Amino acid sequence: MQVYADNAATTKISGHALQAMMPCFEKFYGNPSSLHSVGQEAKEVLEDARAKVAACLGCEPREVYFTSGGSEADNQAIISAARFGARKNKKHIISTAFEHHAVLHTLNKLENEGFEITLLDVSNGHNVTAQQVKDAIREDTCLVTCMYANNEIGSILPIAQIGAVCKEAGVPFHTDAVQAVGHLQINVKEQNIDMLSLSGHKFHGPKGVGALYVRRGLPLVNVIEGGAQERGKRAGTENLPGIVGMAAALADACANLEENNKKVTALRDKLIEGLSKIPHCALNGDPVNRLPGNVSFCFEGIEGESLLLLLDMQGVAASSGSACTSGSLDPSHVLLAIGRVHDVAHGSLRLSLSHYNTEEEIDHILKVVPEVVSLLRNMSPVWRDLQTGKREYIL
Amino acid sequence: MALYSEVVMDHFTHPRNVGVIENADGVGEVGNAKCGDIMKIYLKIENDIIVDVKFETFGCGSAIASYSMATEMIKGKSINDAMALTNKAVAEALDGLPAHKLHCSVLAEEAIKSALKDYYDRNGIPYDKKLFPDCENCAHCHE
Ligand SMILES: Cc1ncc(COP(=O)(O)O)c(C=O)c1O
Repeated sequence: MQVYADNAATTKISGHALQAMMPCFEKFYGNPSSLHSVGQEAKEVLEDARAKVAACLGCEPREVYFTSGGSEADNQAIISAARFGARKNKKHIISTAFEHHAVLHTLNKLENEGFEITLLDVSNGHNVTAQQVKDAIREDTCLVTCMYANNEIGSILPIAQIGAVCKEAGVPFHTDAVQAVGHLQINVKEQNIDMLSLSGHKFHGPKGVGALYVRRGLPLVNVIEGGAQERGKRAGTENLPGIVGMAAALADACANLEENNKKVTALRDKLIEGLSKIPHCALNGDPVNRLPGNVSFCFEGIEGESLLLLLDMQGVAASSGSACTSGSLDPSHVLLAIGRVHDVAHGSLRLSLSHYNTEEEIDHILKVVPEVVSLLRNMSPVWRDLQTGKREYIL
Repeated sequence: MALYSEVVMDHFTHPRNVGVIENADGVGEVGNAKCGDIMKIYLKIENDIIVDVKFETFGCGSAIASYSMATEMIKGKSINDAMALTNKAVAEALDGLPAHKLHCSVLAEEAIKSALKDYYDRNGIPYDKKLFPDCENCAHCHE
């Protein structure tokens, strides 16, 4: 049995999205900036896609800027707020310790340029509170950027509350909602979100396309200079097939959101319950406010990469935050940020589900994971030391 | 292209010499759980010949394969042959390792040397200290 359980990394494109893309190669191949009717037809298709995305976010179409994906949207949002903050001598940015690298590395760059960055602690409940944000805001804070939901451990942040705190303090609020859009009910106006990043390939759309929502009136600076596309804020001939496929996927995801959530949440809970029976393991992430498809565990005494390779051979595609999967000697910054020590963080497993997964697939995962974990534990000197009392269990 | 060669995958999925030797003549342990890689090796030595070898590991796929291959390469060999085993020879026998996984083969070499050193120490056999890595202070695990 083949089970794809790595939907947080990327998703299979939906038949509907693929269908929507095809005419953009064959019929609507014009350049939306061209004056002739072939171009203007493509322009209409583009604006129709923009309207669909806007409807799912609860904003106006003109507030949606298409990008090459989530990373570019994150970069542009943060750099824009920083540049305009610096003009008013505001050079302090608040974020969290478990953001995606698209955010953290952009913040590092700004730190090197003289910005001061506060990364909120996430070890308490594997989440942050709006109060933490409130306490961190200063006179010179030019941006709060907190992810909507964490890609590794699935915690959903209290976005509406953080939005309210930021609004009250008059600080722009950006959220990296790459893992949330298409999976959670979002309304940028009601939740006081000023900027939001999304990415097509996380909700069964194509890769290499995303969008940045920016509340009307907030200034944007270009990350990519050139032509006047996207109201002059993002140069480059539009990736029309990608944009249209993303919009179709998002429209579907939003229309079926409740139904999909119900199904995926039930699969997730079954998986969490089953895996919890493995001795000396721990669930990572907020147990209550959690993405419908996220299952993340640490297993003591084993290393994640060998776990993934063996699972792959049993047909299960998953991911891990171990060092060996990252190409460095350190395990995932997210697992370290929630307080997992190195020894334990190396033994992590993330299974991320979508509505394409079935109950039979969950049963297969529940059969093979315990087998593989005990196989690896049986050859682990760490496990032997734990069992013989030479080393103390952490989990 | 696959991440690992066929030889690596073979040794990873069917690791040779996994286990423990009770009353081993030499035991070596290198790496630590913090950096996600531990190798423990047990040697049975008779008349300067390694008659049996077993290992345990907490490590990634290439680590398991490296230790499996390295133990195969010294089994039945003399102590001198085992001392001469290099990480490069282990990596070559595996048909290569990805660059960021080469340290696994280094750890295999060091673990064998550390077990041999243990054997020398236990039996009061003099040896040239320069031949052995300083595992207490090795820089594999950056802080
Ligand atoms: C939370 C989060 N932010 C940003 C990204 C980057 O998105 P993209 O791959 O579209 O650049 C991802 C996905 O990898 C993500 O999970």
